[in-house]
Amino acid sequence: MMGAGKTRDHSALADVFNQDEPRVNWHDETLWFIRQKRDKAAFAIPDWELLRETASQIKAHTLSHLSQYLQEFEKNAQANGITVHWAADAQEHNEIVFSILQKHGVDRMVKSKSMLTEECHLNDYLARHGIEVIDSDLGERIVQLAQEPPSHIVLPCIHKKKEEIGEIFHEHLGTEAGMSDPQVLTETARQHLRETFLTRRAALTGVNFAVAETGEFVVCTNEGNADMGAHLADVHIASMGIEKLIPRREHLGVFLRLLTRSATGQPITTYSSHFRKPRPGHEMHVVLVDNGRSVQLGREDFRNSLKCIRCGACMNTCPVYRRSGGHSYKSAVAGPIGSILAPNLDMKKHADLPFASTLCGSCTNVCPVKIDIHDQLYKWRQVVVQEGHVDAKKAAGMKAMAAVLSSPATFKLAGKAGRLFMRRVPLLVNNSFNPWYKQREMPQPPNESFREWYRKNRKQHDQ
Amino acid sequence: MTVGLFIPCYVDQFYPKAAIATLELLEKAGVQVEFPARQTCCGQPMANSGFEHLTSGCNELLVENFAQYDYIVSPSGSCVLHVKEHLHSHKQEAQAQNIRGKVYELVEFLTDVLKVESLNARFPHKVGLHQSCHGQRGLRLSQMTERVEPPFSKPEQLLNLVQGLELIPLSRKDECCGFGGTFCVTEEAVSVKMGKDRITDHLQHGAEVITGSDMSCLMHLEGILRRQKSNVKVMHIAEILNAQEA
Ligand code: SF4
Repeated sequence: MMGAGKTRDHSALADVFNQDEPRVNWHDETLWFIRQKRDKAAFAIPDWELLRETASQIKAHTLSHLSQYLQEFEKNAQANGITVHWAADAQEHNEIVFSILQKHGVDRMVKSKSMLTEECHLNDYLARHGIEVIDSDLGERIVQLAQEPPSHIVLPCIHKKKEEIGEIFHEHLGTEAGMSDPQVLTETARQHLRETFLTRRAALTGVNFAVAETGEFVVCTNEGNADMGAHLADVHIASMGIEKLIPRREHLGVFLRLLTRSATGQPITTYSSHFRKPRPGHEMHVVLVDNGRSVQLGREDFRNSLKCIRCGACMNTCPVYRRSGGHSYKSAVAGPIGSILAPNLDMKKHADLPFASTLCGSCTNVCPVKIDIHDQLYKWRQVVVQEGHVDAKKAAGMKAMAAVLSSPATFKLAGKAGRLFMRRVPLLVNNSFNPWYKQREMPQPPNESFREWYRKNRKQHDQ
Repeated sequence: MTVGLFIPCYVDQFYPKAAIATLELLEKAGVQVEFPARQTCCGQPMANSGFEHLTSGCNELLVENFAQYDYIVSPSGSCVLHVKEHLHSHKQEAQAQNIRGKVYELVEFLTDVLKVESLNARFPHKVGLHQSCHGQRGLRLSQMTERVEPPFSKPEQLLNLVQGLELIPLSRKDECCGFGGTFCVTEEAVSVKMGKDRITDHLQHGAEVITGSDMSCLMHLEGILRRQKSNVKVMHIAEILNAQEA
């Protein structure tokens, strides 16, 4: 029952994260502050719940007609002069990006935030092929310099304190030792990135929304870094998961209102840039990536996870995420949404994630597209167990427990015996091998159970 | 009206007082209550661990024991939610479906079915309400802070009927305590940290007693409180609604 082995991974890393309690408090409060900002923004819109429902339905409709809208998008994008590529998986995506760069003889690329490229491990792939990638989102640049993956999809370096960022900048960008003034650090990053923007001939951006009707796509950033990169480069590559599609431009009105309010509590991102066609003499490429999405689309219980607009609200609200940190999930997308997406990509590797939750349901209710996240976590647990990705000891314990609970006679005995045992030999239970007892006392067993009391006091109803 | 009383397995064994208070509250409200002796468990401990396929024994027993009652009432939002969402029967699916519709958590049974508007109860203490997630978000016992919808709270509605009771405010009124079934041992570090943080919130606002409608969450909080050698007690909401303190 104690879930050793395969399902311990998130738990073991969370244990390490919790060694430094003041830091856990800081991490929790930082993210809770963002959740509160989200609440203020959401509560300023009386029709918030209607907006969520509308967004959810638009996505449901799109997913149920996905091939049709993808083809419509391809046709319209091509008519606009965009080159459209299809990638079945991460490997193909990376190869396509590399081939475009190769064609142009480019060996340095600037990239704005794209969780998809994290999912595909594009930076590593390109590095192995001699291409240097500079992440231009400030948070991503920081974790890139620190050689760490992002810990959050919207706030990639939320796990770092400003003093630690100061150290990284001191080491890599030559700021004064001990400098942690955000103003100075931001200005340093700005100068560093400006040089990158001016000298890179290729830029890769993510995609927040792609509009089937117009063949355009929209990229949302607060720093304007996607625009800087794309406008100054000869070649703009946009990588998108196939679920980023929406049917019509007017639907943007629904999603743009929800996205940033849910993410950070801002009414809208500073830049919501529409890209429709390449400038004369320049190239624009869109890479449509499947990488497991059509498999997920075929899983009826988990299909809705593809509605996700990557706002990060479910992470900010998750009491487990806030107290275990993004890296404990070992997945490009962490937190509740990551825990329902990752098992689809590699069930064995991510078998622990559906269990890294109390099923409190906060994620489901904060999600702007109403994904039933906690119900899907429950369902993934069933799948993970059925597929055998669970510790044998745990499975045996569960079987034994089910046997006791299926037999009223054994249950009565087991309960009473258990209580007597605990009362008489508390040391046997209260030891460090029992995870409950490590930081908690055991419940004090009463003299009699309710059913014993009931038999004495309410004879007439006993059976 | 005859009510079948469903007492979660750990409440039966460790917290009989909560079960007795539930029974007495219902009896005082004029309801005929029976406790079928052959009941065991709703099956949630297995199901939430990914072993829902092992719960058919529990399910069949639950149907056998409770199908005959007008209502089934239990002092645990978590167990009731599990029954509502997952009770099925190979032998008697119609009965199982019927039970899913007539099973109630104690608080909602008092407010929605019995429409209790007064209680003869007195509990002169500062009380912090812990809202267990399955009751709150699952059964909608009260509004959750995530939703942009009008506020309401069935447990507060009842606690406000208790003389002398002072309900304290909290900084985070509906954050999970970290119990989460087997989560409390498989994710021990996060579970305890979540529990400690909930307790800190209650203590900072002067709680003498932490109450709630799910004993499992309270058992977890009690374990931490006792380790901290705190004087603060946990009590099931039924015990407070049934209290007659001077
Ligand atoms: S699952 Fe919902 S809340 Fe979480 S990131 Fe996606 S859209 Fe946002």
